[in-house]
Amino acid sequence: MNELLMLSIIVIIYLFLTGYVGYVAWRRTKTADDYMVAGRETHPFIMALSYGATFISTAAIVGFGGVSGVYGMGLLWLTFLNILVGIFIAFVFFGKRTRKMGHNLGALTFPEFLSKRFDSKFIQYFSGLVIFLGMTLYASVVLIGMARFAETTLSIDYSVALIVLAVIVALYVIFGGIRGVMYTDALQGSIMFIGMFILLVATYWMLGGVEHANQALTNLVNIVPADATAKATATGFTGWTSMPALGSPFWWTLVSTLILGVGIGVLSQPQLVVRFMTVKSNRELNRAVLVGGIFILLMTGTAFIVGALSNLYFFDTAGKLAIQVVNGNADKIIPAFITAAMPLWFAYIFMITLLSAAMSTLSAQIHTQGTALGRDIYETLTKKTGGAASVYIARLGIAIAMIIAVIMGFILPPNIIAVGTSMWFSITAAAFLSMYVFALFWKGCTKAGAISGLVVGTFLSFFWLILEFQKSAEALGIVKALTGSAVLVPSLPWPTVDPIIISLPIAFVVTVVVSLLTKKPSKEHMEQCFNGVGK
Amino acid sequence: MVLGINDPWIWGAYIGCILVTLLCVIYGILNWNKGGEDEEGQVKEEVKWHKKEKEMEEDELGLWDEHDA
Repeated sequence: MNELLMLSIIVIIYLFLTGYVGYVAWRRTKTADDYMVAGRETHPFIMALSYGATFISTAAIVGFGGVSGVYGMGLLWLTFLNILVGIFIAFVFFGKRTRKMGHNLGALTFPEFLSKRFDSKFIQYFSGLVIFLGMTLYASVVLIGMARFAETTLSIDYSVALIVLAVIVALYVIFGGIRGVMYTDALQGSIMFIGMFILLVATYWMLGGVEHANQALTNLVNIVPADATAKATATGFTGWTSMPALGSPFWWTLVSTLILGVGIGVLSQPQLVVRFMTVKSNRELNRAVLVGGIFILLMTGTAFIVGALSNLYFFDTAGKLAIQVVNGNADKIIPAFITAAMPLWFAYIFMITLLSAAMSTLSAQIHTQGTALGRDIYETLTKKTGGAASVYIARLGIAIAMIIAVIMGFILPPNIIAVGTSMWFSITAAAFLSMYVFALFWKGCTKAGAISGLVVGTFLSFFWLILEFQKSAEALGIVKALTGSAVLVPSLPWPTVDPIIISLPIAFVVTVVVSLLTKKPSKEHMEQCFNGVGK
Repeated sequence: MVLGINDPWIWGAYIGCILVTLLCVIYGILNWNKGGEDEEGQVKEEVKWHKKEKEMEEDELGLWDEHDA
């Protein structure tokens, strides 16, 4: 009971700090520019931590960490791409151009940026709609994860946790705008940084050092009884320090969904892209690359290494594999390892780390949804723009987004978290990536080309998710009701191929072909967009 | 075998993560002060332009003076 009291006090202190930082942000927010892009003068350290903390949710640490507990360190390719694509390429090649072009065009949101670049109002409200609807699912799964966590560790009723956490996040996002989101992100990112750093060092130290621990994990596959890994071996498992068999179902999941879907899909995440528009110059982005790279290495790198190594710990202490200890639920591997192997004080720090990861992602999600509904959909369709009304409508949008997330938190089935996250990444990559890449790098891309790529990419990924991709089609159950089979084409590998593999290349081709066939944009408009870009 | 791992695809990823982080760190350090405020650059350009114009004026005036003399 004393332990629970102590943990509750730590959580209250943490929430109080978050509230205070949110309050400071609110005091500094006056205009629509402040509310949506933080007056374009964010400190590089805050920008990098906010980007990283938004990027990495609880699902990345606990969910994917658990996956590496089952299949091993092959997931480190995702960390590799997270850093190379999600930080280096995103900041150096996409971020700088987005910042300058966004400033040239006076854009405050990602859909507004695309719409002004291609001079099309349709792009703005269609993208706003895709973001608002798609993110509803993504935001609610993060909220569900957060409430489930409070339920198990603090023994709070799930419904109470869901509502209380939603109200706290909603308050600082509604009042503080993006400053509220980014300041609290920076606080939460710092906590995550410390928590994951301790976890990595302590785990390797406990298992006898990097080389010794990895070597023991390499040998483990030959020591454990074959029936313990039989189920995993059937889907491609070969050991915790070797890649799954080429072309096996797990190989496809690892390569298409995890590595390509999440690794590349990050480039066109609206809640991340908007952060490039919150800094004053390229210098801030250059500095943020340094902070961001180290941050992501420590987040996902630690989660995937510790997840895999937990097998070694559990085999040494209990004679079981990690997945056996948690009775087959991979989501529980990381929490179980921390409870069993780490001292109590660290378990508390780790809980705050997870709470931080969830809150920082959720706050960015509902801020993006709010501005999508307010600025991109409502203002574009009613032609009422700018000023105080713009902020008022965005605030209303945020409140609506949070209410929907809470309602879905009560409705959605329990195993939706990982599926919801990867669905969101697939849809945004298919819808926005081709148009976004060409907006920055190809002057010949036309309005018609951009719109065709957007529409084709969006609908193709929706169809693939609903009809063919096993994880989502099964969860939705529409094909089952119509045809009796879980997916439209059941022969392998199609049900395990992520929608991004299908819809992204097609969206790119469509954008290029239509652009080549249609009228080029005016020279004056291109000059305005590209003024100072790429310098 | 590298770092206790046999499969080159795995130790490659392991080392790759560290190398790509180093890339970010080195890039950040080398460009720490580069790409400063746009406005600053614009102000500098304007100052330069004014200076040049003044010099030109002075040159012309100077020439004028010489002529006068």
